[in-house]
Amino acid sequence: MSATEVALPVKPSPLTFQDLLFRLQGFWAERGCVLQQPYDIEIGAGTMAPETFLRVLGPKPYKVGYAQPSRRPADGRYGENPNRLFKHTQFQLILKPPPVNVQELYLESLEALGIDLKKHDLKFEEDNWEWPAGGARGVGWQVMLDGLEITQFTYFQQCGGLDLDPICAELTYGMERIAAFLQDVDSLYDVVWARDPETGAAVTYGDVRLEEELQFSVYNFEYADVPKLWENFNSYEAEAQKLLEQAGKLLGDENATPKEKKRFPLLATYELALKCSNLFNLLDARGAISVTERVGVIGRIRNLAVGVAKAYAQQQLAG
Amino acid sequence: MSDFLFEIGLEEVPARMISGAEAELGKRVHDLLTRERLVDEGAKFTTFSTPRRLAVLAEGVLTSQTDTEEKLTGPSWKIAFTDDGPTAAAEAFAKKAGVTVTELVKLETPKGEYAGATVKRVGRSAEEILVAELPKEVLGLYWAKNMYWRAGKPERFVRPVRWVVALLDQAVVPLEIAGIKAGNTSRGHRILRGETPVKIGEAAAYREILRNAQVVADVAERRHKLRQALDKATRSLPGVRWREDEPLVETVTHLTEWPTAIMGDFEAEYLDLPEEVLVSVMRDHQKYFAVETAEGKLGPHFLAVLNTETDEEGAALIRHGNARVLRARFKDARFFWDMDQKTPLSDRMESLKHVTFQKELGSYYWKTEQNLAVANALTTAVENADLPFDKAALFKAVELAKTDLTTELVKEFTELQGKIGGLYARAQGLGETVAQAIYDQYTPASIEDPIPSTVEGQLLGIADRIQTIVAMFSIGMAPTGSKDPFALRRAANSIVKILAESALPFAIADLLDWAAAPANQKKDLELFFAERVEFYLKDVRGIAYDVVNAVKASGLRGIRDAIAWAEALNEARNSQDFLSVSAAVKRMKNILRQAQSQGAQIDTVQSFTESLVEGEGVRLWGITQLVFAQSKSLIEQKKFKESLQIISTLRPWVDAFFDKPVVVMHEDAKLRDARLGLVNEVCSAFSSIADFSEIVTG
Repeated sequence: MSATEVALPVKPSPLTFQDLLFRLQGFWAERGCVLQQPYDIEIGAGTMAPETFLRVLGPKPYKVGYAQPSRRPADGRYGENPNRLFKHTQFQLILKPPPVNVQELYLESLEALGIDLKKHDLKFEEDNWEWPAGGARGVGWQVMLDGLEITQFTYFQQCGGLDLDPICAELTYGMERIAAFLQDVDSLYDVVWARDPETGAAVTYGDVRLEEELQFSVYNFEYADVPKLWENFNSYEAEAQKLLEQAGKLLGDENATPKEKKRFPLLATYELALKCSNLFNLLDARGAISVTERVGVIGRIRNLAVGVAKAYAQQQLAG
Repeated sequence: MSDFLFEIGLEEVPARMISGAEAELGKRVHDLLTRERLVDEGAKFTTFSTPRRLAVLAEGVLTSQTDTEEKLTGPSWKIAFTDDGPTAAAEAFAKKAGVTVTELVKLETPKGEYAGATVKRVGRSAEEILVAELPKEVLGLYWAKNMYWRAGKPERFVRPVRWVVALLDQAVVPLEIAGIKAGNTSRGHRILRGETPVKIGEAAAYREILRNAQVVADVAERRHKLRQALDKATRSLPGVRWREDEPLVETVTHLTEWPTAIMGDFEAEYLDLPEEVLVSVMRDHQKYFAVETAEGKLGPHFLAVLNTETDEEGAALIRHGNARVLRARFKDARFFWDMDQKTPLSDRMESLKHVTFQKELGSYYWKTEQNLAVANALTTAVENADLPFDKAALFKAVELAKTDLTTELVKEFTELQGKIGGLYARAQGLGETVAQAIYDQYTPASIEDPIPSTVEGQLLGIADRIQTIVAMFSIGMAPTGSKDPFALRRAANSIVKILAESALPFAIADLLDWAAAPANQKKDLELFFAERVEFYLKDVRGIAYDVVNAVKASGLRGIRDAIAWAEALNEARNSQDFLSVSAAVKRMKNILRQAQSQGAQIDTVQSFTESLVEGEGVRLWGITQLVFAQSKSLIEQKKFKESLQIISTLRPWVDAFFDKPVVVMHEDAKLRDARLGLVNEVCSAFSSIADFSEIVTG
């Protein structure tokens, strides 16, 4: 017994994973966005890259897009679960300030991916985003396409504990999901990553990433050395804190020149905070953080992230 | 008379907030037009809403306020005008009234002659008023969560405002909201119509024009269209129907502008998963309606509500896409279920140490130990009451109740906490009694839900909740005002409901003892529960407030007794004799109150001497003692109705006592004390049963 026996329309060969990234990047580049490369240290989400976290602070307009591999050690499933990944790809877009037609632009970007919206069901459903350790929050939607969440669409209101003015729009496309949807495969590992134009031979997501998913799940859950992780955490934290103290003194010093202030390495300080965040996620995956400790450790990361954000905002005003 | 249309166009408003905002906008526009005398009683207000707009249409609006004339009286004529002409006083008055001195007239009044002025106020136009006032009203709408979007943060609203329509008949009212100038163009359906402006030629034609642009703006009409779409999609398969789900219908109504529905299928093998999981995935995660067979069993189908209308190719794609998502979710659930079975509940106790119950209190391991201690105290009372139950099964259930918090399935479907534990207990052969008790531990989740069906389930539910409440109070986390972050009121409501609707022989006071409520918290806890009992009696049982107040004063310990007592009181109210007695008690209480306010020390009044009061008084006192002895013994036997009937028989004596004017406050102190003593004794006899003076007799 079946509700329908209508055959699916025959479609031209769907876009590969890398085609989708090209298309999105091309689309937004044509609309004036800076295309950045992914941030080159381990982070949990595109939001955490300085191109978002720090650029959204202050009054200066900025438009940027980048495909950010995002690590969530606890989400790893040894490559055995077809829908869950330790590392997934977020196409992250920041529009500061958001243009009035930002929703329409977003819909056009979907059309650019070959999605004919007249033949699909699209809904904007309330979903308010928050990253407590970064003192960041916003209101927005999860965009649902035929029942699948394909994008997180957020109007950033606060970042690093600072109220934003202007605010910005943050679009986060879940690339693996979108690819699996468009290619109509049940496992993320069956997504075609690239296709040889000569032979037509496909390289799948599994070919490219399965080994990584397996080995990192093993490391994150079994091998990661807990005392070492703590040691690293404490050491990065201590260095970041020391830098923050120096930044505080320098930026508050009326006798310091703008040039001196501008050269203070807050970007490096932020990187140390990101290291701590990733180490926390690893410790969490190892089950090494008791619930009582948890809030406290998140608070330590928050102190660093919020500290950098405040200092960075101050530094931008110098000279 | 004109029609006024106002529409505010927004980016998608959260579904949960729309209907409240629609009603509030309607009220604000209504109140504004009424306050400004721009409508009379014949005016009609209609409100509309979709995810992208809120609108209100007011029919029968005046284009302007009527002109008014006001006559002002100024200084006396003699002071205003002398032989030299108008004085400074006249000038000042004329200026204040906004007229010239020559326009002042002489008013003849009984007090003499005065300078007068007639002030004509030209009514303001509707347009002028709306431009000045409406934006404030709109920006004042309440939103549970709102946002900034414009640089400089001039205003907050639920989502960015994208267009505004304001029309008096065909004319644009040039108001401005959040930087957007009102016009006469709206938008149609985002996908089916695109962003091409849709001209609203005339206010009254709003609904039809939008319908032509594939937007059903009227919520009732949209709900109807949606239900029809669900019916139609279901008809494609004989013998099945969609499972009614009122809250889900509301949600999807507010997620769509042009609702249609499709039915899709999933593999029948997933029907092996518990129905709770299947329904939770479909309803809570995907907003799909479940489909059931004629026998009410879940079928391998689902209904998705769409916010679009497509051709067959589109429908096939959408159906396929939704089925794909659902299948992935079911596959996940199956994966979690199988994985969870590898570690039975009984092996999960240790890992509860890593799940926080409350930061300051401890983990769920700690919580389980506490629950066991409370359950232990409860069982003793149940055993004494000869209520059959399985003690070993109860303890097993209490011990394992929270272990499902460590399962993957509960991490994924938090709303199924407890139920998953019950299902696992059953699957792992822990016995039906244990499984059912664990399954029911959070029932009733709301006051409408039934209580757990088994004694073990009831005991687990009570032990868990009373422990939580007492522990939270002990660390200062009692609910205050509208703040109740741990839902302690709901927990207490559930306890009251279980006690009221089960055979458990507990009173709240017992529970507080067994949960080891600290002495300094007891009073607060008792008050907290008294409020919950009152809520239950009034709001759940529908007992009138005066009867509830009378019952509260009765000091009955058990809730079921309180209910029976309230019901008996309710019935007794139909008896004239009873009402008469109640009225008399009220009168006596007043006498005592007055005496107290005049300095009499009622408490220290010695027992009266019979020789000092008149015959009726003595007879009333005598009969009262007799009747109350009987009445109390009936109450002990829980014959509440009969007990009240006996009290009603006091009427002739009460009437006789009040028939003759009684001077209680006699000037002779001895007599006065004796009479007060008598009234006091009669009153306290009544109070020992219920506060009859609370019964409204009017």
